[in-house]
This record gives sequence, C-alpha cells and structure tokens, in this order.
Amino acid sequence: MKYTVREEGGYTVLELTGEVDLSCSPEARKQILLCLDEKRNLLVDMSRVNYIDSSGVASLVEGFQTAKKRNLKFGLVGVSGSAMSVLQLARLDKVFPIHLNVQERLKADG
Amino acid sequence: MATTAPRTPVIEIENLVTHYGRRQILHGVDLTIYEGEIMIIMGGSGSGKSTLLRFLLGLGRPTSGSIRMLGKDITQASPMEMHELRKNMGVAFQGGALLSSMTVGENVQLPLREHHGHLDEKTMQIMARLKLEVVNLGGFEDLMPSQLSGGMIKRAAVARAIITDPKMMFFDEPSAGLDPVVSAELDELILRLRDAMRMTIVVVTHELQSAFKIADRITVLDKGRILMTGTVQEVKASDNDRIQSLLNRRVSTEEIHAEEYLERLTMEARTP
Repeated sequence: MKYTVREEGGYTVLELTGEVDLSCSPEARKQILLCLDEKRNLLVDMSRVNYIDSSGVASLVEGFQTAKKRNLKFGLVGVSGSAMSVLQLARLDKVFPIHLNVQERLKADG
Repeated sequence: MATTAPRTPVIEIENLVTHYGRRQILHGVDLTIYEGEIMIIMGGSGSGKSTLLRFLLGLGRPTSGSIRMLGKDITQASPMEMHELRKNMGVAFQGGALLSSMTVGENVQLPLREHHGHLDEKTMQIMARLKLEVVNLGGFEDLMPSQLSGGMIKRAAVARAIITDPKMMFFDEPSAGLDPVVSAELDELILRLRDAMRMTIVVVTHELQSAFKIADRITVLDKGRILMTGTVQEVKASDNDRIQSLLNRRVSTEEIHAEEYLERLTMEARTP
C-alpha cells in the first residue's frame, strides 16, 4: 500500500493505493488519525485501492468515530466495487458518507 | 446455483489415501477446488467426508498422495509452513469450539492475537465487532458462550473463523442441530462471504437442501471414494444408484463382507 496526502476544497485528501491489508493497515490508521489529530477535515480517496480487508475497514471506522467526536468532517470517495462489497458485508455503506469523488463531496457539502 | 467456474486452483488433492489404524478410509481421492468456489463435500455417515476435511486442515499425515493449498503441499509442510498457511484458513467446527472461559468477543479476536499481534488493540476490537455484525451478533461480544443458543454459537464460530479474512474457509456440518430458519440464514451468510470476499469455501454436509442452495459444485463421497464431482444439476441428474440413494434417503442395501466385518470386530488378521 502507498499513500499520498493533498489539500482540496478545505479537506485533507488521503489517497490510498494498492492493497490495504493486515500488513499495512496500521500505517493507514496512523495517517488517518494523524490528520484528525491536526484537526483537519478528512476524505479518504479509495479509487486506487484494489483490496481492503477488515483491518483496513476497522481503521476507517475508528477514523470516522474520531472525526465525529472532534466535530470534523470525514468521508470516503472513489470506493471501488470490491471495497464496496466488503463495506456492504458489514452494512457500513449505510454508515460512511460515500461519494464518487472529491468534487461530488464538495457539491454535497454545498 | 452454479456460476461461471473460476479457474485458479486453490486446493488440489491428488490420489489421497488415508488409514485409520489398519482400516483404509480414503481410497485415492482426487479433487481440485477453485478460487471463489463453494464446494460441497457430501456423503453419508462413514463416507470419509469428515476424514477428508481433517486432512484438508492439516490435522494428520496421509498414507500417500498430496494436498496442495495455495501451491504448497501440506502433507510435506513443516510446522512453521503450516502455521503460515493457517493464516489463510478459517474453520467453523460443527460444535462451534468456542473457549468457554472467554467472552464471545475474546473468542472472535483469538486468531488475530495468535497471528497478527502487531495490530492496535482498538483495531482488533473493531474488527471483532464488525465480524459479529456480519453474522448478526452485533452487541453480543461481552456475553459468555454458555449464554448463547446453538445457532448463535455457530455464528460466533463463523465470526472467529473469518476474523482474518482468510482466503479459504471450511465449514463442518454448518446446519447440524439448527432449526430450518437459522440454517437458511447460515447458508445466506456463506453465499455473502463468498461474494464479498471472494473466499474459497469448502462445506462438509449431509444436508441436501443446504447443499443444493449454496453449491457451485458438489463432490459425493462414498466409502472413501469420490462417486462424482459436478454441479447441482449434474449431481441431481446422475444415474448412479448410490448417489440417488443418498439424494432420496434410501437405506443402503449393501451386502456385508463377512470376513472383513469379523476381522474388524475381532481385530485379528485373516489367516493367509
């Protein structure tokens, strides 16, 4: 897994690339919590994620809950078919704010 | 519900022969199971299906033959290699096999602590809760196994088996002892796991209704030999008497082999 961080429309966008599995999800978690520690609104761009396992999903869950507690905005964008299947299995597609891309999220924010 | 057969082999069994004491249980089993496939191993009592599962789990050395899993022959694997391979295997045992002194949540987290201790405590807790949600046991993590019903124990065992998102999942008689509604729920869960996680799933069962509902292919074992491997339609259409007996629940009218029977009872070899 690789990641990049960029700023866009008032959000920090954490773009993950590759496989988010047990071996690297601790790094994804660290980056998510780091952004939130710095009080930044966060979007996780998953358009380049071809596989995410439960440990990766758990990191997203923890991130979302942390953002809520700190009154920060959080969301997922570009969730691929396989990642969506994993989210749907635990009905998390009904929990996370999910948008096609950053622009769609910004539009939804108004 | 046959789907387009995926073609990457995950489990390749070749000419597997096993004995229990002097008694031969499996007589040269050949079977290939592909990625993302739900393979049902079906057969009556004494057919060898539980024995086959035991060897698939690496719980014994066969007399001869090989079992390649993800390309590795487990009949030749060292304990360390087997330990690595088991990270990719989930097993839901017939009786659940939950540890009675641990809460449901602790039971579910057990494979993570065994294989993936580098994960953050919070990650492990959320993963366990996620899996309990998947099996419809959300919020039950603090209960003890003794406080669960039979169906709940089975589902908790499934949650534990899938906690590491294994590539291969083995179910031993998932429907045994469950009422039809709970049993149907478990079938649905098996299908969802395959579809969402692309798991390769092996189910040992004698429950026909369940087998026909979830199988991509079925292997019918009888007296340690494979009678046939095929889709649900192919198995139903088989003109093999033994298969039809199994499907129609007819009592086997096989003749007793007197000498072998007597030998088994007395455990004495026949005089040459």
